[in-house]
Amino acid sequence: MDINEIIKPENKVYGKSTVLKDAVMHYCPGCSHGTVHKILAEVIEEMGIQDKTIGISPVGCSVFAYNYLNIDWQQAAHGRAPALATATKRLMPDKYVFTYQGDGDLASIGTAEIMHACNRGENIVVIFINNAIYGMTGGQMAPTTLLGQVTATTPYGRDAKLNGYPLKITELIAQLEGTCYVTRQSVQNPGAVRRAKRAIQKAFENSMLDKGTSFIEVVSTCNSGWKASPVAANKWMEENMFPFYPLGDLKDR
Amino acid sequence: MAIKGAITVDTEKCKGCGVCIPNCPTGTIALSKEVNSKGYNYLYMANPESCTGCTNCATVCPDAVITVYRVKI
Repeated sequence: MDINEIIKPENKVYGKSTVLKDAVMHYCPGCSHGTVHKILAEVIEEMGIQDKTIGISPVGCSVFAYNYLNIDWQQAAHGRAPALATATKRLMPDKYVFTYQGDGDLASIGTAEIMHACNRGENIVVIFINNAIYGMTGGQMAPTTLLGQVTATTPYGRDAKLNGYPLKITELIAQLEGTCYVTRQSVQNPGAVRRAKRAIQKAFENSMLDKGTSFIEVVSTCNSGWKASPVAANKWMEENMFPFYPLGDLKDR
Repeated sequence: MAIKGAITVDTEKCKGCGVCIPNCPTGTIALSKEVNSKGYNYLYMANPESCTGCTNCATVCPDAVITVYRVKI
């Protein structure tokens, strides 16, 4: 069968979401941010909530998320996205409000904001990208960096005595009464992408049911920061990140 | 019933990360020798006859550059 006979609009089974803009993403080749943006756009498109969704972008690589998803956005000071999301959701309870934060933003400078927003049980969605490194500033150690992991500021590997232990912020947040759905996902293969997408959809639905905060951690790669190829970074993540950050639902009620 | 698939790639936006290649169950796709205007070796169908249109490559693509088509014959 000729390829031109297959490539027709009526045979299309998968393509770019209409919620994604045409702008080329500034992320490095193979970056997990792109995949998460894509499934976020697909969920927003499938739920038909493009004009009812407000995103809060963080500081970090994903600060430019507002250039890629065609929805309303605000951009928060470093770590303060949950505070902005709280105000936005309280003022406009009919909107779907989510924050999109990296591990440096959420688990380091923004620890106070995320803890208290989750403890208050704000009806927002938090998408937390954990790649165990500060990607944008050049690959420095983050709170979530694994023990022994080499970064720009831990050239001999993270040492617990000197640098403390990796922070399992998702486990901490699961303890809080205000959260209704806490899960850890990844996006390195098709099955994982589909599970992550279902989790995001469920979180958006929860935010309209007055159940509390939904928190989705996505264990991600930073192949530039990790000094590996995108495929090798995915493998490294499966071998090293998953044993310490096991995937699955931590809380669902 | 047989299923035939095909993909189109937005070669100018493809960054040649290659994340899709190990996720292709039929070994259909590969990175080209040619580069786009940014210097990336973009994705193409090296074995177009083996494509089943499973959408695995497009599902994991971080830049959403792959469109998948499928027909039953």
